Amino acid sequence: MENVGVCDEFVNLKATELRLGLPGTEDEKQKVSCGKSNKRALPETEKDIESTGKTETASPPKAQIVGWPPVRSYRKNSIQTKKNEAEGQGMYVKVSMDGAPYLRKIDLTMYKQYPELMKSLENMFKFSVGEYFEREGYKGSDFVPTYEDKDGDWMLVGDVPWEMFVSSCKRLRIMKGSEAKGLGCGV
Amino acid sequence: MNRAIKSRLSTSEMNYFPDEVIEHIFDFIASHRDRNSISLVNKSWHKIERYSRHQVFIGNCYAISPERLIRRFPCLRSLTLKGKPHFADFNLVPHEWGGFLHPWIDALAKGRVGLEELRLKRMVVSDESLELLSRSFVSFKSLVLVSCDGFTTDGLASVAANCRHLRELDLQENEIDDHRGQWLNCFPDTCTTLVSLNFACLKGETNLAALERLVARSPNLKSLKVNRAVPLEALTRLMSCAPQLVDLGVGCYENEPEPESFAKLMAAIKKCTLLRSLSGFSEVAPVCLTAFYPICENLTSLNLSYAAELQGNHLIEFVQFCKRVQRLWILDSIGDKGLEIVASSCKELQELRVFPSDPHDEEDNNTAVTEVGLVAISAGCPKLHSILYFCKQMTNEALITVARNCPNFIRFRLCILEPNKPDPITSQSLDEGFGAIVQACKGLRRLSVSGLLTDKVFLYIGMYAEQLEMLSIAFAGDTDKGMLYVLNGCKKLRKLEIRDSPFGNAALLADVGKYETMRSLWMSSCEVTLGGCKRLARNAPWLNVEIINENESGRMERNEEDEREKVDRLYLYRTVVGTRRDAPPCVTIL
Repeated sequence: MENVGVCDEFVNLKATELRLGLPGTEDEKQKVSCGKSNKRALPETEKDIESTGKTETASPPKAQIVGWPPVRSYRKNSIQTKKNEAEGQGMYVKVSMDGAPYLRKIDLTMYKQYPELMKSLENMFKFSVGEYFEREGYKGSDFVPTYEDKDGDWMLVGDVPWEMFVSSCKRLRIMKGSEAKGLGCGV
Repeated sequence: MNRAIKSRLSTSEMNYFPDEVIEHIFDFIASHRDRNSISLVNKSWHKIERYSRHQVFIGNCYAISPERLIRRFPCLRSLTLKGKPHFADFNLVPHEWGGFLHPWIDALAKGRVGLEELRLKRMVVSDESLELLSRSFVSFKSLVLVSCDGFTTDGLASVAANCRHLRELDLQENEIDDHRGQWLNCFPDTCTTLVSLNFACLKGETNLAALERLVARSPNLKSLKVNRAVPLEALTRLMSCAPQLVDLGVGCYENEPEPESFAKLMAAIKKCTLLRSLSGFSEVAPVCLTAFYPICENLTSLNLSYAAELQGNHLIEFVQFCKRVQRLWILDSIGDKGLEIVASSCKELQELRVFPSDPHDEEDNNTAVTEVGLVAISAGCPKLHSILYFCKQMTNEALITVARNCPNFIRFRLCILEPNKPDPITSQSLDEGFGAIVQACKGLRRLSVSGLLTDKVFLYIGMYAEQLEMLSIAFAGDTDKGMLYVLNGCKKLRKLEIRDSPFGNAALLADVGKYETMRSLWMSSCEVTLGGCKRLARNAPWLNVEIINENESGRMERNEEDEREKVDRLYLYRTVVGTRRDAPPCVTIL
């Protein structure tokens, strides 16, 4: 029942909104999606709400449904990586350093491995990270490079294989001082 | 021996032969279903069958326990196991849901089973399991992993190092942590038995020298599929020392090759006169595909579905010369025009898969295929029996034509990218179109439907799809009747998976006994409630009824009110071993 309500509201909205295009052209499409009133809210109606009424501007990104279309994640990831590389979009992430007044942005795809990335960061912020050990983390410096991954966790840079790092890193943070010690020591 | 024959004659008129002869006869019966059937004839046959059974297929690893498997089939040599439900492929199942390999390896090792082959699909495999496997089974020959995860190249290193008689290591679309190690180096110099090696899904660097040495000392190598880290020059060298290859997966050619390198590649390819199957091409300069022209007429299997770099015209130029191709996997960038050319060139085509190059329609390229391509294929390829087709739109008229052209479909999977999309010409649902398919294709075993669909399509499916074993439904139907038509009508149904459709408790509970004849049922974002699921679990103790929760941390609370709450994801399956003990917190088993 509530779905009928959603449709009705929408139809009324449309009656009052100003838009380009001949009157009556949108109505047929609307009939189809409202026909099955006992259905659950269709993702399609959400899309329509987003895309109509904005005929002058580019349509916003379409709402993505989990697990649709039914393409294996392995395959989807494959295409996505290819797209990023092909379009030269790169993978830009923000870099912050504790104590520095400004953020920087770097393109992770410009680097092939960790040493290159580290050098670039050191140059950018004028500091040095010390040496990386698998168990103990970074030694020999107050600065520890960390990153936030897809799950929202803060991780030590260098622990995971490079490719995994590039695909899961959301942003970088160079920690300093006592906070750094906690993360940098064999966590 | 005479007494044995006499005693059998007196107990049963059917058993004229001694055990050894019956066993010999059973050797000719390979199909799992037939072997299951013969084991039910009488006790004697059951016993003979048990001890002579070498291959076992387990479609749901939680339907049986490893201990019971080994007790019944002590002479097991080849095991196939499937774990997570199919929709796990599309991120609908939490990562830690289950499907762990370890208990199986553990039990098989303890039971001293002479395991030689292991095939896994959607299982969680750990490095420890792989290591235990590699050390426990002296005659181990073949490991095939499809859509598995949980392991790293360290696990592969154990297999390489310890399986002295390894013939096959086939890794298909797995998520593997690549530790950039030297797993290829772990194959001992004495290992010369490899027949099939597929590591296309590995994301890291590959030790090219180790790979070349391995290939050079494997005279029986028939199938080689490398990953992206194997460049053109390396591929040339590999093919030169393995001209006997039948199946090749190509790595990457990022840049336009030098003319000399290209010439060497072509020369190497020309020598591979036995090559019948080609795949890979994940990063390809279009010109490199042309290097394969000399052998493309020999190809029976071609998978270009990862070649996102290739434009439609490159694909068409190549595929039109593959006149003997039987299995073709391709991207929709080939377009309707391309499919028309395939239809006129590839008369041997049996299986076609067309994948979306732009699944979320982020670019407005309009390169997707439509009903036009499908109709052309159905008209031009008389041997077609399996299709997976992702498209922008479909019409009833087209489906009716396809049904008329191709009554031999065994698998028909159609995915219209936009959910609920009606026939664009008539604005009607696609009930009639799919109805025509099920009516014409009397041998149809697998069906996936999409687009705008009412209960009527399920009435047709229930009425006509007599051989249907697996049905996938998404965003379809109006009422419980839809699901009931299917459950009542499809007598051979084994797997039913439904998402985002308005089917509820009435349909779920109507015939509880039906689920004993099926492997599993999946329902997500439907109308079933917790109360309905609880009632089902009470009435069907032979089923595991699993509720998978939205947020992965919380267990469900047992309140009165919650009974009316809709269940986000339901997965139920028959089992002879009761509730599993390895379920994570986000899964509640009723």
